Amino acid sequence: MNDRKLNAVAVIHPLLPGQPLVPVSPGVSSSKGLINQFLEWFGDLGIFFWRVMCAAVTPPFQVGELFRQLDEIGSKSLPLVALAGAATGVVLSMEGRFSLTRFGAKSLLPAAIVFSIIHETGPIITGLVVSGRVGAGIGAELASMKVTEQIDAIEASAVNPYRLLAATRILACILMLPLLTLAADLSGLVMGWVAQALVEPISFHQFISSGFKGADFNDFLPPTFKTMVFGLIIGLIACFQGMRTRGGAAGVGRAATSSVVLSSLFVILADVVLVKLILIFFP
Amino acid sequence: MKQPETSMETIDQIATKQGAAEKDGSAPVLAVEGLHKSFGSQTVLNGVSLAVSRGETLAVLGRSGTGKSVLLRLIIGLEKPDSGSVLIHDQDIAGLGLDQLGEIRMKMGFLFQHSALYDSLTVQQNVAFPLLHHKKEMSKSERNDRAKELLAEVGMEGALEKMPSDISGGMQKRVGLARALALEPVILLLDEPTAGLDPISAAEIDDLVLKLKQEHHMASIIVTHDLHSAKTVADRLALLNEGNVVIEGNFEDLQNSDDGFVREFLKHS
Repeated sequence: MNDRKLNAVAVIHPLLPGQPLVPVSPGVSSSKGLINQFLEWFGDLGIFFWRVMCAAVTPPFQVGELFRQLDEIGSKSLPLVALAGAATGVVLSMEGRFSLTRFGAKSLLPAAIVFSIIHETGPIITGLVVSGRVGAGIGAELASMKVTEQIDAIEASAVNPYRLLAATRILACILMLPLLTLAADLSGLVMGWVAQALVEPISFHQFISSGFKGADFNDFLPPTFKTMVFGLIIGLIACFQGMRTRGGAAGVGRAATSSVVLSSLFVILADVVLVKLILIFFP
Repeated sequence: MKQPETSMETIDQIATKQGAAEKDGSAPVLAVEGLHKSFGSQTVLNGVSLAVSRGETLAVLGRSGTGKSVLLRLIIGLEKPDSGSVLIHDQDIAGLGLDQLGEIRMKMGFLFQHSALYDSLTVQQNVAFPLLHHKKEMSKSERNDRAKELLAEVGMEGALEKMPSDISGGMQKRVGLARALALEPVILLLDEPTAGLDPISAAEIDDLVLKLKQEHHMASIIVTHDLHSAKTVADRLALLNEGNVVIEGNFEDLQNSDDGFVREFLKHS
């Protein structure tokens, strides 16, 4: 690159304290900034997680608040998760029937539905639905408390906000995700059978027997319990984004949005890793 | 700088030793020494030192943005100083963990500028909140009774079941004050207690603060830019400018000062 071109793309950094005047290309500058921001975010998340862990394992335990959050996160997400699971079951049944018929494997339809739901679609649909409903809820609630100084007021009242607000919500997410996944699996299987039975009559018993033929606990337990990791991700990111909010109503909106976006993204990324680990350790 | 003690027994021992001196008001319950605090390149506090004894009220005055609220947040540990110390019963709170700091905070009551009431709880539940978490020996009815007593003390006994959003700003301050008193603190920190209130409500809050001072004999710091309110409730006044205490004394000391900023502040107040 000649000098003229270099000058054309070069910018001078703003005069920050202690920073020398160095020509830097805008692309390099912005990508460095992004990397720094990302690393800083991860560092802050790690510190936040450590504080929550320390608070969670030391008394006084906030049992009442934990039960309130179990209800808020678990019971109130149940209808949405069950509906999403049911819709998935119907779609899998319709699509599976169409595809398997083309390859002459129609008899495998119950097994295809059952394995798809318990292995992957049930857990991931639950994770994504909960990250949407609960992630936004926690992010917005804590952000609103933060900008109105309610979290400071909790701290000033000598109550540890990491224990009262974050640990309870994160633990509730971890505990409720597997149960919600069971609900999604069940409604998916039932509605998958209904969709199948409407086209070609088959008893539920026969559908389940055929579907679970050859399946064992390794097909069922690891995928269900991997959603505890999804719960940790959703609760942690939503609490973190909420409790570090600044900037009034706009900040609350940003916290809610970023809670959903980041928790959904990390749930999907974690799923990739967890599926690989499950395949290695539970072949 | 004194090294932070982490044992609460030590704190209590110190408190006991100082008890007699504090009761006659001779020893400071709260002292800040050489506090520095900056946010980025902006220096907010630049070596502030103050002390308050039991039963004494200090008003911290200054223009908006001079770090008055930051000073209170440093005292209660919501912010950490860049340097300097905050001593509660001679115990430096710097370096204490959240739970250890919590033990110190139980001796302090804090009224936030915008009251910071918990918007999902009723007025009564707001006041009972510190009791719920720190007075485990109290039954629910005892907690509720205590909350009613505190609310009656600030003239809010008629709003027990109301939500914070359903009461006025002045009423919210009263409820915030009741909540700050719930754990019977020895130090009361009030951040702009009369800001945003009409003159009558502001006078009522001033009267309430005076009444509480006489009844509870606490060490109080009131941050305000309302000179009239400060003159009414405070024993001493400290004027902050550019991160430093320009003058500290009674109202007459301020009036007799030759400092240009003090004169200008008094002229426009």
